[in-house]
Amino acid sequence: MLNRLDEMLNFHAQALRLRDQRQQVLASNIANADTPNYKARDFDFKSALTSALGGQQAPGGTTLATTAPGHLKGSAELSTQSFLQYRQPAQGNVDGNTVDVDAERAAFAENAVQYEFNLTRVSSQIKSMLAVIQG
Amino acid sequence: MSLFNIFNVAGSAMNAQSQRLNTVASNLANADSATSANGTPYKAKQVVFAAAPVGENGATGVNVAGVIEDPSPMKTVYDPKNPLADDKGYVTLPNVNVVEEMVNMISASRSYQSNVEMMNTTKTLLLKTLSLGQ
Repeated sequence: MLNRLDEMLNFHAQALRLRDQRQQVLASNIANADTPNYKARDFDFKSALTSALGGQQAPGGTTLATTAPGHLKGSAELSTQSFLQYRQPAQGNVDGNTVDVDAERAAFAENAVQYEFNLTRVSSQIKSMLAVIQG
Repeated sequence: MSLFNIFNVAGSAMNAQSQRLNTVASNLANADSATSANGTPYKAKQVVFAAAPVGENGATGVNVAGVIEDPSPMKTVYDPKNPLADDKGYVTLPNVNVVEEMVNMISASRSYQSNVEMMNTTKTLLLKTLSLGQ
């Protein structure tokens, strides 16, 4: 039963974790809007979430080698670091900076709303579960 | 929780931008300072930003790598009455480009603003996370 509870919350928990990390990446981009030679980065949320949910290996991730059937399949904690990609600049900049502040701010706001959405979903799941438990 | 780290990222950027604003103020104030404590005209100063890692999660903040003296040539004005004029009657004035400094100022304050907004958004998100399930 507890396992089920965990499974129910797992999707949004993983999504929240990734939104949280994406927010940080976007914040770094906005903070470095005036830094020469800084390259804006982001990650593909969909593939990162699919990988997090499916327990798939992140590109460049490591797993334990198993030599006997009883061995546990350990895998390195999924890190969004390996999903990070450089943004393609729409317009080049003389100082080598590729941050488009407007695009980054839009992405930052969008990500914040998505984060809130996930929070709301988790909240309502908890509420509905409480309703079931309390009757 | 990476959200907490955003405060460090935005904080470092605000720190760097305020230092930039400070040099702009210094440049504008000294746009006509034909002499200084060491006897030479004031030279425009510019900050150099560098990306600096914050925390262990790949977040990048801003660091002021240094303050350099503007290498552009000094202005010379023909004013033989000025006590600072050389033997040909020219006075050397600072290489401060007032228009450029104004642009610099607006750019710095806009960047500062976006970092403040970023902090506000993050604060809202964190407070909402705290009230999860209530």
